[in-house]
Amino acid sequence: MKTLIANGYLIDPSQGINTGGKNLLLEKGRVAGVFNRDEPWPEDAEVFDATGLLVAPGFIDMHVHLREPGQEYKETIASGAAAAVAGGWTSICAMPNTDPVNDSPAVTRFVIEQAQRAGLANVFPIGALTKGSGGRELAEMGEMKAAGIVAVSDDGKPVGSSEMMRRAMEYATGFDLTIIDHCQEPSLSKNGVMHEGRWSLILGLKGMPAAAEEVDAVRDCVLAKLTNARVHLAHVSTRGALDAVRRAKELGLRVSCEVAPHHWTLTDEAVSDYDTNTKMSPPLRSRDHVGALLEGLRDGTVDAIATDHAPHHADEKALEFDQAPFGITGLETAVGLAFELVHQGVFDLERLVELCSTNPARIFSLADRGTLRPGAWGDVTILDPDYEWIFDVARSKSKSRNTPFSGRKMKGAAVAAIVAGRVAYLHPEFTRTTAARHQNYQPK
Amino acid sequence: MKVSFNRRHLLGIRDLSAGEITHLLDTAETFRDVSRREIKKVPALRGRTVINLFFEPSTRTRTSFEIAAKRLSADAINISVSTSSVSKGETLLDTARNLEAMAPDCIVVRHSMAGAPNHLARMCNAPIVNAGDGSHEHPTQALLDALTIREYKGRIEGLNVAIIGDILHSRVARSNIYLLTKLGANVRVSGPGTLVPADFGELVEQGLRVERKIEDAIEGADVVMILRIQRERQDAAFFPSMREYAVHYGLHVEHLERATTEAIVMHPGPMNRGIEISSEIADGSRSLILDQVTNGVAVRMAVLYLLAGAHDADSGGKEQKETQL
Repeated sequence: MKTLIANGYLIDPSQGINTGGKNLLLEKGRVAGVFNRDEPWPEDAEVFDATGLLVAPGFIDMHVHLREPGQEYKETIASGAAAAVAGGWTSICAMPNTDPVNDSPAVTRFVIEQAQRAGLANVFPIGALTKGSGGRELAEMGEMKAAGIVAVSDDGKPVGSSEMMRRAMEYATGFDLTIIDHCQEPSLSKNGVMHEGRWSLILGLKGMPAAAEEVDAVRDCVLAKLTNARVHLAHVSTRGALDAVRRAKELGLRVSCEVAPHHWTLTDEAVSDYDTNTKMSPPLRSRDHVGALLEGLRDGTVDAIATDHAPHHADEKALEFDQAPFGITGLETAVGLAFELVHQGVFDLERLVELCSTNPARIFSLADRGTLRPGAWGDVTILDPDYEWIFDVARSKSKSRNTPFSGRKMKGAAVAAIVAGRVAYLHPEFTRTTAARHQNYQPK
Repeated sequence: MKVSFNRRHLLGIRDLSAGEITHLLDTAETFRDVSRREIKKVPALRGRTVINLFFEPSTRTRTSFEIAAKRLSADAINISVSTSSVSKGETLLDTARNLEAMAPDCIVVRHSMAGAPNHLARMCNAPIVNAGDGSHEHPTQALLDALTIREYKGRIEGLNVAIIGDILHSRVARSNIYLLTKLGANVRVSGPGTLVPADFGELVEQGLRVERKIEDAIEGADVVMILRIQRERQDAAFFPSMREYAVHYGLHVEHLERATTEAIVMHPGPMNRGIEISSEIADGSRSLILDQVTNGVAVRMAVLYLLAGAHDADSGGKEQKETQL
């Protein structure tokens, strides 16, 4: 099957392409080539009119929680993948904190098979760093890599022991696996439910100091130097942690980091009415930290935008703030929130594509993804930077509803997600508008 | 009487205006006389039901609310955590909704978790009174403290108030800081560095200062408030021992020489005699600890009266609440 994504504005940082009037030809699930719109194309290709739209290599979310196996009442791999493509993500990387934990090739294979059954987004499993994410014994990284994991992490259960982290880094180098760490020194953040600062004092809630994240971020950078491992810091939320990454990069260490949209969009003030949809870990931080994230997104310190999509059932979030679980959904709001920064001038469209596609593919060594080079997988995200919409959680594809962003006005959205040459999602509004466009579309 | 308190719930002092606080205090003053009569009962809330829903042990506050309700002729029902269905795995919200289905006119909530009353106020229709939630707020305690200060000092504006002890975990301190600074007092807080974070002064815009030494906080004070220290804090390494706390952060007679000659001493109870306060002071002439308890009933009568009864004419509150849902 051939698909021609016609006349779009193409941005592919991997090839230095940033120009309009391009036709992208996909064939047998792969990229066949990029052509000018006046060049001929195979007549049997299905034309997908992208006039006025941005065409980018498929977006890759490095950090999601799909809850399957074990907590299917919150999310399944199929429902998570549906939310992913609706949000513009053609690939998602599933954290291992399921039940059972993905610490064995059997679980890894199960995740991959379920994803294939769903047939929507690519799902790349992330394996546990330690058995059961218990922080005591290394998990079978080599076996899991053979089964298909793309990285290892004990996300959600930060690795307390520095010695264990060192061993994991050393061991992971043998399989060229990136280690992802949720930086949070457990003794400093113990029992904390929000950012420690003025608002935690006002609300009488136990705070998690920025220092808890920063101590571990610095530790991980120091250990990255010691071991020469590939280290990726998940959902960085503080100025100090970003400074640590910046310094590590200056030293030439193989350290990277991601930022989640809620951390730059909201501050800890959003917790003021004890809304449990503002409870996540790391927590919403104060204004100064948010400013540091925007700087990092602008200056290149931040490598990727990742959602930390963490679905929870409404019953669980309807508890007292102290009791409710950490996390919010994010797959369907991330691109809209990232466009807010584009419109504010924090970064440009090329950087957006770098943050959401090029860099995630590089960090996890996803071969033939994050690029539209001929021969690469035909994963494409098509976006309308000016589309105005309101996020309505009632229409979310996720099984869960835990988001603080329902009702938020957005400008800019993914209108289609193409996975291996197949349209996995098409925005309903987009179908209508392009039908009209399509009739007028006359190739030269 | 013209009502200038139109709120549906009393969740904390932080959201109240100086006018609303003063109105609450004025109302409490009128109810203080009821408790001095031979027949300590007025029919203000006859036929109304007040539920005291206590998820945390309390003798003083629960009794005070119960007496307040009864002196207003309301039917008061006490539910404490040991007898509630919470132990059967029911959520706070379900417990409250079940109680609400029995049509109470007010639910008084004490909970160990900050924000629990806010949670209920958002999800329920019945007026909610916060009787203390975690380290968040304890509005009726601050009101009774203010009523006591007003009784003895005649005013609050311009007074120097020292609050000593475990500020970090204290809902009493927070509510008092909001109330006193809103009414124009100068508040200084002091205690061990672990229990009085340096940035606590940012809690309010003005009128609050953090002092490292309790002597500096007490210097020139018109009111000295002592907070209860909890033994659990020692286990959590906030301070080395009760003995050391008593020596360095307990209130002794010598401390009061730094305060004004007419200074009064308050404590929300229950006291650890010889730890945060010496018995000499607790039982001395400057101590208003029992007056606080007396005023507590008056304040709670005022709060229940304004929330459970006085908004008959103002059914708008209920409708408004429903549209928020």
